[in-house]
Amino acid sequence: MQINTPFFKQRAHDALADANLQKALGNLKAGFPEKRAIAVSRMPEFEQLRDQGRDLKNHILEHLDLYLEEFERKVIENGGHVHWARTADDANRIILDICQQVDAKTVTKGKSMVTEEIGLNDFLEANGVQPVETDLGEYILQLRHDHPSHIIAPAIHLNLEDVSEAFHANHHRPKSSDPAVLMQEAREVLREKFVAADVGITGANFCVAETGSTIIVTNEGNGDLTQTLPKTHVVVTSIEKVVPTLEDMTLFLRLLARSATGQEFSVYNTLSSGPRREGDQDGPENFHVVLVDNGRSEMVGSEFQDMLRCIRCSACMNHCPVYGAVGGHSYGWVYPGPMGSVLTPQMIGIEKGGMLPNASTFCGKCESVCPVRIPLPKLMRHWREDEFEKHLQPKAARYGLAGWAFLAKRPALYKPYTRMASWMMKTWAGKNGRIKKLPLAGGWTDWRDMPAPQGKTFMQAWKEQQKAGGQQ
Amino acid sequence: MPNISSGPRVGLFVTCLADMFRPSVAFATVKLLEQAGCKAEVPERQTCCGQPAFNSGDRKTTADIARQTIDAFDGYEYVVGPSGSCIGMLHYYPEVFDPSDSYYQRALELKNRSFEITSFLFDVIGMDSLQEQLRQLQFNHKVTYHDSCSGLRQLGIKQQPRQLLQQVQGVELEEMEEAETCCGFGGTFCVKYPEISNRMVSNKSEFISNTGAHTVLGGDLGCLLNMAGKLKREGKQVEARHIVEVLAGMTDTPAIGEADYGLAQQL
Repeated sequence: MQINTPFFKQRAHDALADANLQKALGNLKAGFPEKRAIAVSRMPEFEQLRDQGRDLKNHILEHLDLYLEEFERKVIENGGHVHWARTADDANRIILDICQQVDAKTVTKGKSMVTEEIGLNDFLEANGVQPVETDLGEYILQLRHDHPSHIIAPAIHLNLEDVSEAFHANHHRPKSSDPAVLMQEAREVLREKFVAADVGITGANFCVAETGSTIIVTNEGNGDLTQTLPKTHVVVTSIEKVVPTLEDMTLFLRLLARSATGQEFSVYNTLSSGPRREGDQDGPENFHVVLVDNGRSEMVGSEFQDMLRCIRCSACMNHCPVYGAVGGHSYGWVYPGPMGSVLTPQMIGIEKGGMLPNASTFCGKCESVCPVRIPLPKLMRHWREDEFEKHLQPKAARYGLAGWAFLAKRPALYKPYTRMASWMMKTWAGKNGRIKKLPLAGGWTDWRDMPAPQGKTFMQAWKEQQKAGGQQ
Repeated sequence: MPNISSGPRVGLFVTCLADMFRPSVAFATVKLLEQAGCKAEVPERQTCCGQPAFNSGDRKTTADIARQTIDAFDGYEYVVGPSGSCIGMLHYYPEVFDPSDSYYQRALELKNRSFEITSFLFDVIGMDSLQEQLRQLQFNHKVTYHDSCSGLRQLGIKQQPRQLLQQVQGVELEEMEEAETCCGFGGTFCVKYPEISNRMVSNKSEFISNTGAHTVLGGDLGCLLNMAGKLKREGKQVEARHIVEVLAGMTDTPAIGEADYGLAQQL
């Protein structure tokens, strides 16, 4: 996928001016966070569950190799295949290879952010295999040659009219703006695709080491048809998704549904444990799991390891005031919001991704709702440290910081300087009490007034008061 | 007034914004500390908490400033400041040092004795010692309270300011929608991403004015300067003040960003 992250500011500017997008973002804000809050309020032990989720993920990450190898052993025991993909390119080639082995013309796809991350659709298409997205949101995006703007509600940036137009242009049926009619239309069109597909590709929310199973969590059931109808099922997932046991998996399912959509449980929780066995009524003949690394193993043992706890619930972006203002496409690559602001620099490099960890007020809302307590602001700060060490920040910011630091470390110089600055701003404001336009502070005064200082600094006034005998 | 010398010795962390923009907030904090029976002192060698360096990724400067602050506040029983954000920064100091560094233990120890002012009054001093004085105050206005992020989420400050406010006669507290959502200040964020910051503070301004409040109160001057600046730019009549001004009965100074009629010059 094309990387537009360096243009974050311009994209945010456009997003803020886009009335349709703003309306859609308003709906998001009123939707998921409220539902999550209700679900959490109904579960008194939710905070303990978050602790358990954090601790269990930390344990897994300490023993990642062990659980991955156990998972691999079990998958093979069940008659499946496991492929290790160090890079996105490796993953794409492995998947294409599997498709070509069975002479696949079309593949159906369940919703998967990892396949977005590796740019699978474009790669398959360029090599003569037609991917068909079957998650309704993803399907709409595919028709529009668009990309997800949210990790669980991919088409959140669109409205009904956009969908109506996309369907009309592609399905060659009468145009409708009735959601029920559009839904039925998608069902009918996709049903044929499900039956025709040679390969079904899904992601996995978790990989269970003790049974060699993968699980997908959906609300539409499209994933089930994707993985049971074709002869070949390929699970494309990433190495941090492994959990030790089925019971451990249920802990995360409880956290995931509540944090994501406010559901107690998602509608479909479907386990895949290898190819069809004798006596099974359905299921694929071939079962492959592609375990994607793509930079993740470098995060193990680094200051970013905590990020690998992420279970992709989207609570951080649903509650983020920055995401809520500019939407997911502004972030310019696959993963938006706070989790994207930590992951993106890891995957595309801090040189290209540096805009994102800076686009945060560190309000901490994301961390306060994260089901596995990832310290997202702290991790964004680590990226800023990386940028600082590599001198990647804009010159004005670096010199400004250096000048300020010089004074802040020297109280004897700092005091006269602050006295002068306060006096100057106060004088500039005159009797108005506020400044409408301040040189070098356009970022502030273009949008709001600058309240004027009262006059003397406190340190100055306090000293004078103490000298005068301290009337307190 | 209680016996000043018998109470704990408290070092006032002035905060750079109170120092430069609104000394009356620091004076109000001193007054509240003294009313609570503390001996308030102002260490000379303090400047800023170091947050701009910390959040810009400059670890070395952060550590230098942390050392300076730790030294400046050595020996005080408590360190109190009128900002959840700056006191929150003091609480981050242990993260700045390697555990083998001699300042690491001192940073931990500073963290344990530093408090934001409303939290100090409510959680450390206790309402019993404050109620009488607060009940003598009058502020006959409808107010709304903005929860600043660091105070709320890092230090757990939510009920403390509200409980204290409720003691003041005439105060009618009307909660705004999304009181816990960031105002968009975020230190350097507001100048690095001014358009996004503007959207956030515009939302905040709307939520504030929807309450019909006469005054918006808060515990952090960064947020208050941002919100007051937006309210003024939009021509709204809502005033903005730091909560300590109300709690100390020092509301005769013009509100933040209001025209100066000469009162503040007495400072």
